[in-house]
Amino acid sequence: MSLAAEQTTANAPLATPHTNVGAPIVRITALRKSYGSNEVLKGIDLDVKRGEVIAIIGKSGSGKSTLLRCINGLEVFQEGSLTVDSKPLIHESAMAMRELRLRVGMIFQSFNLFPHLSVGRNVMLAPQLVKKKETQANTERARQLLDRVGLAEKFDAMPDQLSGGQQQRVAIARALAMDPAVLLCDEITSALDPELVGEVLRVVESLANEGMTLLMVTHEMNFARKVADRVIFMHQGRVHEAGSPEELFGNPQTAELKQFLSSLH
Amino acid sequence: MPILEQWPALLKGAALTVGLTAAATFIGTLLAVSCAWSRVYGPLLFRWVAGAYVEAIRNTPFIIQLFFLFFGLPAAGVKLSPLTASVIAMVVNLGAYAAEIIRAGIEATPRGQIEAAQSLAMNHAQIFLRVILPPALKKVWPALVSQVTIVMLGSAVCGQISTEELSFATNLIQSRNFRAFEAYIIGTAMYLVLAIALRHFLTWFGRRFLFGR
Repeated sequence: MSLAAEQTTANAPLATPHTNVGAPIVRITALRKSYGSNEVLKGIDLDVKRGEVIAIIGKSGSGKSTLLRCINGLEVFQEGSLTVDSKPLIHESAMAMRELRLRVGMIFQSFNLFPHLSVGRNVMLAPQLVKKKETQANTERARQLLDRVGLAEKFDAMPDQLSGGQQQRVAIARALAMDPAVLLCDEITSALDPELVGEVLRVVESLANEGMTLLMVTHEMNFARKVADRVIFMHQGRVHEAGSPEELFGNPQTAELKQFLSSLH
Repeated sequence: MPILEQWPALLKGAALTVGLTAAATFIGTLLAVSCAWSRVYGPLLFRWVAGAYVEAIRNTPFIIQLFFLFFGLPAAGVKLSPLTASVIAMVVNLGAYAAEIIRAGIEATPRGQIEAAQSLAMNHAQIFLRVILPPALKKVWPALVSQVTIVMLGSAVCGQISTEELSFATNLIQSRNFRAFEAYIIGTAMYLVLAIALRHFLTWFGRRFLFGR
């Protein structure tokens, strides 16, 4: 399977991200978010360069998933600002949200495929509705992307006929079909059986190698170490420590990170 | 057999019952979907209006609703033909019950599927019509089909305002030839066949056109 995925990568190259060169693709400034009186993000500053791969690690409840979900507007934040490709996130404006979400793809822990649509239709739905893509081009692109994730033969299958790993790879193809400039991955292997994790991570790695900007919340430390350009350790709603994988995993500075890393073994 | 000699009248009655049911099902389901949307996603005013409508209809008898439309409204200057009053009464009745059934299906949509659609930049209408509604209808389809069957059988009451549907035809025949036993046996059998056929048709229709396998 993975061999097939690697061989066919060339057939479905990623679209060139339509970015303003030089500017950070994601810029988060002084972002604060609360649920009622409970502040879960306490002032986050983060610039993500185009093509950068960022792994966000931390204990559950540290705010890492919330931060990721703020980037495409699934969570509303109270203070601070966030831009993607210089487009500001404005919750009140449907147009601004559309512009932003056209640039940001997301993959979820629980796959979230549309259960009533075949695999192919899952991939084709948003390009058809949102981008008004012509059916033949849409079908062709969906087939290429499914081929890329090693599922060309599942075009007509229904989601419930697939394994978790296969469903997650369809979800990746579905996100890629919108040609996003940034891909958010929210614990995308956490719901998978251990033997299915590898097939999904290999697809993500191929995206990273091709220059896709990735922000991933992950518990796969070995994967983060291997693929990420930068690792961010979140603790109690703040970026507690950040740096290259070698620095963070090899020479953690804070007691909290040391404790977190040792708790994993 | 004297009853079967009346087959043109019976067939006409059955055809009208089917017609009434078809109209009520089509318009009533659209009404129900709008109400269900209003109650779950609509602005406050919509929620309130839809809620009041659903409660008013579900807590009053169908025959009173029908009589109000046909006998009550003329006093307010609105005069409806028996057929129009029957269609409206059935639409309004089915709309209220089906709204609650469909609402249950809508509310059972996993949050993650909506978030996936949002993150693909789909707008509210697209998400509701293409992501939320089809699986919701699929989940509640058996309940919805059974509600449509109840409304079809309930349309027998429309004979009371001289809508010439199947029960009206049956009544008319037995009042002319006094063969009540045979007339009602045949009327009953025809309703039975219609109800079973309706259920099979709607089950097929849902799979074929609304939500797939």
